[in-house]
Amino acid sequence: MYDIAIIGAGIAGSYIARELTRYKLDIVLLDGENDVGNQITMANSAIVHAGFDAPASKLKGKFNAPGNIMYEKVCEDLDVPFKRCGSLVVAHNEYEMATIQELYQNGLKNGVPGLQILFKDEVHAMEPNLNEDICGALYAPTAGIVSPFELCIHAAENAVDNGVTLKMNHMVSDIKNHHGYFEIITNAGNVEAKYVINAAGLFADNIYAMVGEPYFKLLARKGHYFIFDKEAGSLVNSVIFPCPSKKGKGILVAPTVHGNLLIGPDAEPVSYKGDIATTGERLDYIKENALKNCPDLPFNKIIRSYAGLRNTPVRDTYTTTDGDFIIEESPVRGFINVAGYESPGLTSIPAVAHHVVENIVKPMIPHLEENPDYNPKVRKHLRFDEMTEDEKVEIIKEDPKYGKVICRCETITEGEIIDVIHRSAGARSVKAVKKRTRAGMGRCQGGFCSPRVVEILARELNVPLDDVMYDQQDSAYILSGHTKSVKEEA
Amino acid sequence: MIYDVVILGGGPAGLAAAVEAKNGGAENVLILERDRELGGILNQCIHNGFGLHTFNEELTGPEYAERYIQKVKDLNIPYMLDTMVLDMHDNGDLKSIHVINEENGYMIIEAKAVILTMGCRERTSGAIGIPGYRPSGVFTAGTAQRFINMEGFMPGKEVVILGSGDIGLIMARRMTLEGAHVQAVCELMPYSNGLVRNIVQCLDDYDIPLKLSHTITFIHGKDRLEGVTVAKVDEKLKVIPGTEEYIPCDTLLLSVGLIPENEITRNAGVVMDNRTNGAIVGELRQTSMPGVFACGNVVHVHDLVDFVSEEAVLAGKGAAKFIKGELDNEITFTTTNGDGIGYVVPQQVAMKNVEDKVTFYMRVRQVFKDKVVNAYIGDQLIATKKEKKLLPAEMVNFKIAKDVLAQYPAGEIRFVVEEAK
Repeated sequence: MYDIAIIGAGIAGSYIARELTRYKLDIVLLDGENDVGNQITMANSAIVHAGFDAPASKLKGKFNAPGNIMYEKVCEDLDVPFKRCGSLVVAHNEYEMATIQELYQNGLKNGVPGLQILFKDEVHAMEPNLNEDICGALYAPTAGIVSPFELCIHAAENAVDNGVTLKMNHMVSDIKNHHGYFEIITNAGNVEAKYVINAAGLFADNIYAMVGEPYFKLLARKGHYFIFDKEAGSLVNSVIFPCPSKKGKGILVAPTVHGNLLIGPDAEPVSYKGDIATTGERLDYIKENALKNCPDLPFNKIIRSYAGLRNTPVRDTYTTTDGDFIIEESPVRGFINVAGYESPGLTSIPAVAHHVVENIVKPMIPHLEENPDYNPKVRKHLRFDEMTEDEKVEIIKEDPKYGKVICRCETITEGEIIDVIHRSAGARSVKAVKKRTRAGMGRCQGGFCSPRVVEILARELNVPLDDVMYDQQDSAYILSGHTKSVKEEA
Repeated sequence: MIYDVVILGGGPAGLAAAVEAKNGGAENVLILERDRELGGILNQCIHNGFGLHTFNEELTGPEYAERYIQKVKDLNIPYMLDTMVLDMHDNGDLKSIHVINEENGYMIIEAKAVILTMGCRERTSGAIGIPGYRPSGVFTAGTAQRFINMEGFMPGKEVVILGSGDIGLIMARRMTLEGAHVQAVCELMPYSNGLVRNIVQCLDDYDIPLKLSHTITFIHGKDRLEGVTVAKVDEKLKVIPGTEEYIPCDTLLLSVGLIPENEITRNAGVVMDNRTNGAIVGELRQTSMPGVFACGNVVHVHDLVDFVSEEAVLAGKGAAKFIKGELDNEITFTTTNGDGIGYVVPQQVAMKNVEDKVTFYMRVRQVFKDKVVNAYIGDQLIATKKEKKLLPAEMVNFKIAKDVLAQYPAGEIRFVVEEAK
């Protein structure tokens, strides 16, 4: 019997798991996927928002700015790339300038530091590649960019290092409330826990419906993105938002923390919560809108397009959108919902996790003892490409595998790939290696390195080559079996 | 140690350049290769058809490579395998090359001359942005070729191929021979991007349909590929609504173009040509950086390895001349692509380095029948090359004798496709 079961190992579940290890608790983190951070956490804008847009009356407004200021420490402890590059909300006319004034005022209410309204010349001095008709902007120096899946992976790793049991490929099909404890039924065995934290992303409404009367529903909204080659990475220095409208935040243009350029997303409601298929029409829409602010986007430097889903919460009547996070002990005693966790969820998570643990879990469990062995830091993740020449010399001396480059585009060595396979919450698939090391994320998109990565995974996990998956266990196979000549030899 | 010539890449270009540099008088030559063995991409090209021009016989890829590897060994040219070049710096007289491998760790190698022979990579599904899901089962043709021919594993059983580049055509046959079912090869253009002989030998002989003016409009399958939607396109390459057809398959191979791998070249500051995506080179494949040469697919994508070897000989000669101080820097001619021509290599000619002729490599932009390629200096027609059919897939080799060029003091040589007179 675990004290707490967390359903969903995305950014919310993984980070809350880590935060809970500050206390002596027996925790299990469950996910139906083959890797942590594999759905919403995997495909989003990767932005640490300053926090000027959400109303102060909402949880989004309450947690955004405090979450933002915690990022330096969090990313240092968890060894995650993070850059406070600032953001601009740009205006093309006086009407939009008025909106920017409103955002500025709201930002002050939310406690966002350093906000400034910039005049035309100041905007173009900061960002010379923006459309000339931009007449002003709201500058938020605290906005940043991060690698969301690396943050999630390292939070999960740190949670495991601090004692959490991680169970991947455990798809929850039912939950029985035994009034005193919950029995979670999965395809890979049942799990019992006194308390449950539901952080199941898009499926948190389905999970809650297993134990209680539904009081919220999650709508999937699809967003398309393009990633550009690093050659285009310096087109903008900060995150460029269009002026928000009723339709949403609009299409942003942003550098990524790894030096690429990202544009997106749109917001298309979809009925199927697995619909991450891109459509030509929507991809064109992204391009057209991104060009309005950034007319020199080199579309011939695109290396990847994809779509991700966000989960927009709808409360009570199912018709009026409240649009706020749902973070509370539910009407079912001992069952906590962390749901409707869309933007600015990534930014807010350090503050939200602290709130969940201190203000929701702690009052529920009497006599909670601190965990004296809690270590907030992960083991250093060595990234060869980012090392100095001297460090490179040293690491290859220590471990020659760091002298063997597997991914040419991103200069990822065999040493790094072996490391991420053997770390806690380690990589089990080609995509998991890609998320952790960037092998396959460059301009050749794994053309050269994927056969090598398959080989390394097979060797390190001691499985046959054709058992190595691209992503999901069993279904996302890469190889269908031996060739004729190999079969004949056997 | 300071080397005379260091060669970045041990594929066909690097091997032939090394041999020529050594024969031309460079004493210390070193080949750096990032893969496990010399030979480059030829190692996975186990089909035959290599070497018809160079050796007058049909060899497989590994056999072709072996002939040059043997020459390298006979000449005692050292090479380092599993060795990655991180970057190259120009320090005036010497270039320093930062290199790592497991055995020797981090090394800084110095060279009087460098020959860039990194080859090319395949355009990916990401670059062409096919709508739909992103499951496993979508491979570039070359990656599938490596899995089958080098690792002994099949990437799937029911196959659709997008793009009719040569590797795609070769893989259609290869997968068929391995028991897979290749349903179709779809080509966006109204003509194939592969060699005619490959269409005959790899598709026609196996009854594999080539669907010209067709593209893929949707990738189905969340985890593993389940099928593709194929549709016809009009003259403007736009999908014609109503022509969509669903083809169930577990494997999609892409053969949609090759891109020279010039990260090191660009980072070093060598001047590039955006038509070829390679460095701007001279008649002996000298680049804008004195002492740095480039040849093979890193300069422009070739269709036959024989021409890679031919070009590598020029670069090897150039590098040997350079270290002996015999290379002339004075540019006599520049070249340019006129109507119908996509690019021309070399982009510059220094006449003092020319022995008896200059071979200009170029590609036409579309299919032409009964036309000629003319070379002009100003209004003056200086040479004509006749071809029954000009195809974008088949590189034009246009040789112009030194005597002809020597009649002009300087200028721009312009190549155009025109009516035969």
